[in-house]
Amino acid sequence: MKYYNTLIFELSKKDRIGYNIEERKLPEVAIPTHLLRNTKADLPEVSELDVVRHFTNVSQKNFGVENGFYPLGSCTMKYNPKINDELATLPGFANIHPLQPAQTIQGLLKIYYELQHMLSEISGLKAYSLNPFAGAHGELAGLMIIKAYHEKNRDFKRDKIIIPDSAHGTNPASATVCGFETIEIKSNPDGTVNLEALKAVLSDETAGLMLTNPNTAGVFEKDITEIARLVHEAGGLLYYDGANLNALVGKAKPGDMGFDITHINLHKTFSTPHGGGGPGSGPVGVCEKLVEFLPNPVVRKNDQGYYMDQAKDSIGALGLFYGNASVYLRAYVYILTFGQEHLSDIGPMAVLNANYIKDSLKDLFELPIDGHCLHEFVFDGLKDQSTGVKTLDLAKRLLDYGFHAPTVYFPLIFTQSMMIEPTEVESKETLDQFIAVMRKIVKESLETPDLVKTAPHNTIVRRLDEAKAARQPIVKFKDIK
Amino acid sequence: MNVKEGLLYSESHEWVKVEGKNAWIGISDHAQHALGSVVFIELPKIGALFKKGDAMGAVESVKAASDVYTPVSGKILDVNKALEGSPEMLNDDPYGAWIVKLELSNEAELKTLLNAKDYQPLCEE
Amino acid sequence: MHKYLPHTREDIEAMLKVTGASTTDDLFSSIPKKLRLTKPYNIPHQLSDEALTKHMKNLANQNQELIIFRGAGAYDHYTPSIVKAIISRQEFLTSYTPYQPEVAQGTLQYIFEYQTMVCELTGMDVSNASMYDGSTATAEAMFMAHAQTDMDTILVSETMNPRTIDVIKTYAHYRNLKVMIVPMKNGQTDLEAVERLIASKMGLIVQNPNYYGIIEDLCGFADVIHQAGGLFIINSEGQALSLVKTQGEYDADIACGDLQSLGLPLSFGGAYLGYLATKMKYVRKMPGRICGLTTDVDGKRAFVLTLQAREQHIRRAKANSNICSNQSLMALAVTVYLSAMGKEGLIKVANESMKGAHYLYHKLLQTKKFDVLFDQPFFKEFVLKAKFDVNAFEQACLKKGILGPLHLGEGKLLFAVTEKRTIEEMDQLVELVVNLA
Repeated sequence: MKYYNTLIFELSKKDRIGYNIEERKLPEVAIPTHLLRNTKADLPEVSELDVVRHFTNVSQKNFGVENGFYPLGSCTMKYNPKINDELATLPGFANIHPLQPAQTIQGLLKIYYELQHMLSEISGLKAYSLNPFAGAHGELAGLMIIKAYHEKNRDFKRDKIIIPDSAHGTNPASATVCGFETIEIKSNPDGTVNLEALKAVLSDETAGLMLTNPNTAGVFEKDITEIARLVHEAGGLLYYDGANLNALVGKAKPGDMGFDITHINLHKTFSTPHGGGGPGSGPVGVCEKLVEFLPNPVVRKNDQGYYMDQAKDSIGALGLFYGNASVYLRAYVYILTFGQEHLSDIGPMAVLNANYIKDSLKDLFELPIDGHCLHEFVFDGLKDQSTGVKTLDLAKRLLDYGFHAPTVYFPLIFTQSMMIEPTEVESKETLDQFIAVMRKIVKESLETPDLVKTAPHNTIVRRLDEAKAARQPIVKFKDIK
Repeated sequence: MNVKEGLLYSESHEWVKVEGKNAWIGISDHAQHALGSVVFIELPKIGALFKKGDAMGAVESVKAASDVYTPVSGKILDVNKALEGSPEMLNDDPYGAWIVKLELSNEAELKTLLNAKDYQPLCEE
Repeated sequence: MHKYLPHTREDIEAMLKVTGASTTDDLFSSIPKKLRLTKPYNIPHQLSDEALTKHMKNLANQNQELIIFRGAGAYDHYTPSIVKAIISRQEFLTSYTPYQPEVAQGTLQYIFEYQTMVCELTGMDVSNASMYDGSTATAEAMFMAHAQTDMDTILVSETMNPRTIDVIKTYAHYRNLKVMIVPMKNGQTDLEAVERLIASKMGLIVQNPNYYGIIEDLCGFADVIHQAGGLFIINSEGQALSLVKTQGEYDADIACGDLQSLGLPLSFGGAYLGYLATKMKYVRKMPGRICGLTTDVDGKRAFVLTLQAREQHIRRAKANSNICSNQSLMALAVTVYLSAMGKEGLIKVANESMKGAHYLYHKLLQTKKFDVLFDQPFFKEFVLKAKFDVNAFEQACLKKGILGPLHLGEGKLLFAVTEKRTIEEMDQLVELVVNLA
């Protein structure tokens, strides 16, 4: 990585251009000036080479999955296959207007329809909508479906959603956005649902329970069948946050566990690129009795072919069109690259990788949860805390060795959380390199702790003053004095 | 953690300094330490009425956001506007940087608060 | 073996030894046996790369690429080659949220540049790092207004894209908020109606240019709304902002909308890019990520996510929004586009769209087969009422490989013209009208 310190605006020179457009011989249009902007937007004036060089240099300040190991827990940083990118952007997909009549988009509607079915088969839920733009958006759709279901049954008292304290922040936030009150229940030490705590809060005001399974500490909810029974008995619905689905691919289906609604993160389990923070895709899936609540439009099939329809009791529209099509096209290609022959290998290899790292390092780190983990696990700081080196320091020191740090300080149920998810794409050699470096860093933590506490040293910038950024926000070029 | 004598404390780590019928309220050294560098404070409106235990404002650090609860019921007479420009005062001088001054509506509530000696153990958790 | 699964049998054996399990199955012992799958999924067979390419090309060929005269929120603009080239760089494409800013300065820098450009286009003080699309960004603008004013009803102009209104209504319904539609007058938002209805409302949302392509005159709206204690929210699409009066110039409080028109391909409706920007005094009510400038321990200029205490991972149930992943890579695409088009190019290309639309408008009127619906200034879309069978017209267009205007009902047709529509193509469309029975 290279430290490049120029903003595109600093390259600007008056009259330089980077465009090549035709100004046609058509009459100019006179619009009353009071309807037009007074000054031009101060955008850069640069040549095309300036643009390309600039963004190439900017890109080199980033670490991507293709640079090295990126074990961000709960993010599933797999390889993003090139063939997915190439095929998803064929002109016959890229140049299609969303409001074209069905007869001119049968290829796209077919993919939408088939992908819905593939996701149904993999997750065990009856029907899907690909419309939600991200995981959190899928959660919102799912919660809206829960509310719509209870409203249809005239069960208006149900305004509470139960969420374990180990849950990702989007869960309670989504509940709030959907007009629910969150009831947080304290988990068992391993992050699993405490049945007594659950029973204590279930009532006729329970709309539903949101769960991730395996949970955010990589542990499977072994009481899931009982949990489902309790929630259903109380009249609530059970929601599955699909962020950790990668562990279950080939091994188990959320639908079989009693979940009524799920969302899946295509940018996690199904390899679509993370893009620096999106675009993702969070398809929402439902059991039989909730099919008619799906967001509109839904894609159906009859003798004439595929068409768009509206679910009878649809929660409504969640976007201008049909979600991030360019993303779910990639997921479709990905699934076909594995097929029924190999898709089921993903879970076992992901879980093997996670256990291998865990068992190779558990002598040096606090392992709060014993036994086999699934696709990710949590270390709660160093076993030897005598030198005061914290998880944050370890994460920063890993950057010096050319690895991206794991997820830190999440889940919140442990104070020094370091959540490691290798995914199935990493070879034993890569894992061995990582393990060796981790062991080295632990040694440094005990012998030369200051080196670790002031890491990173080899990156292009070192620890940042986040307090200054928040106290005096400089959020655009003109704010710089 | 520094626990100042002569003040009353709540279990949610606010301090109260009684002055006749009024009370000055702030957050303890333990609270500011737990938050980290404070970057922003949301102050209540002057004249607002609160009951004991109500959230009357919020404090933000880089990594956390925390409500500030009033340990006693009353009406807000004044807020420390200086904190808006320099929220870090809460870190530098937690017992000097008062947040609100309020007029007590129920002096009996003061008996439910902790003195310095009884509050100290809460800081060790 | 599979090309994305590197484990050899030898690897698996060695690794299992370390874990103490005899088979990979043992590692799943925490999953009750009755829940464990015993057979493969009933999904299609694996396809080789070559077969998969054939398969996708076949499916792509089942979609018709057309000469497009339809807009309504998705516009057929030209995407310069450098956009795809730059967003395909793995450092941008494959990385994730910049939670370790030391190795994510690339992402953070382009977010900062994107935020800057959105503020230039809208005239606002601060932008976030993106929203899903224009419609959801508008719904979240409503949440901001609600959080700021504590009122529970929003006014929405009838001249907005009906699909955007649907999304606003969906979001409002589930959060127990109410939507009241302000009727239009001659194709524009009726200020008198706003004055009548604005009391005790959280604010007003309008779209400019509106659904009918009309450039609205929003002078005087801000005063009326602010006097009533509400917030003024204007939804504008990206390319239009190079020409029309900005949200900032109208003294709006929140700017939102979609930036697909700034170099993002049509792509069957996604991935697009919502934006949300506001005045500094409302920044703490604004959802989404925000990138700020700072220095590192050595004093080097650097970028970092800031004001994170607004977001879901910190506020959880107290958050105002649940947004986490957004449309970051599309924000990069737009930043690249705007850097290349620049101060002058963006105006020129917007002007080409506008010139083309007005050329077509006049040519169509000359056929005497349309009635004028609104006599209002417009940008690149317009509505005309057809005096012929619109369904027959659409089919006639499709036969010639043309995607005609959108039928809004009752013979009203919404046309869109971009810089990509040549004079020949427009004349061809006019010919089709002339030749209609």
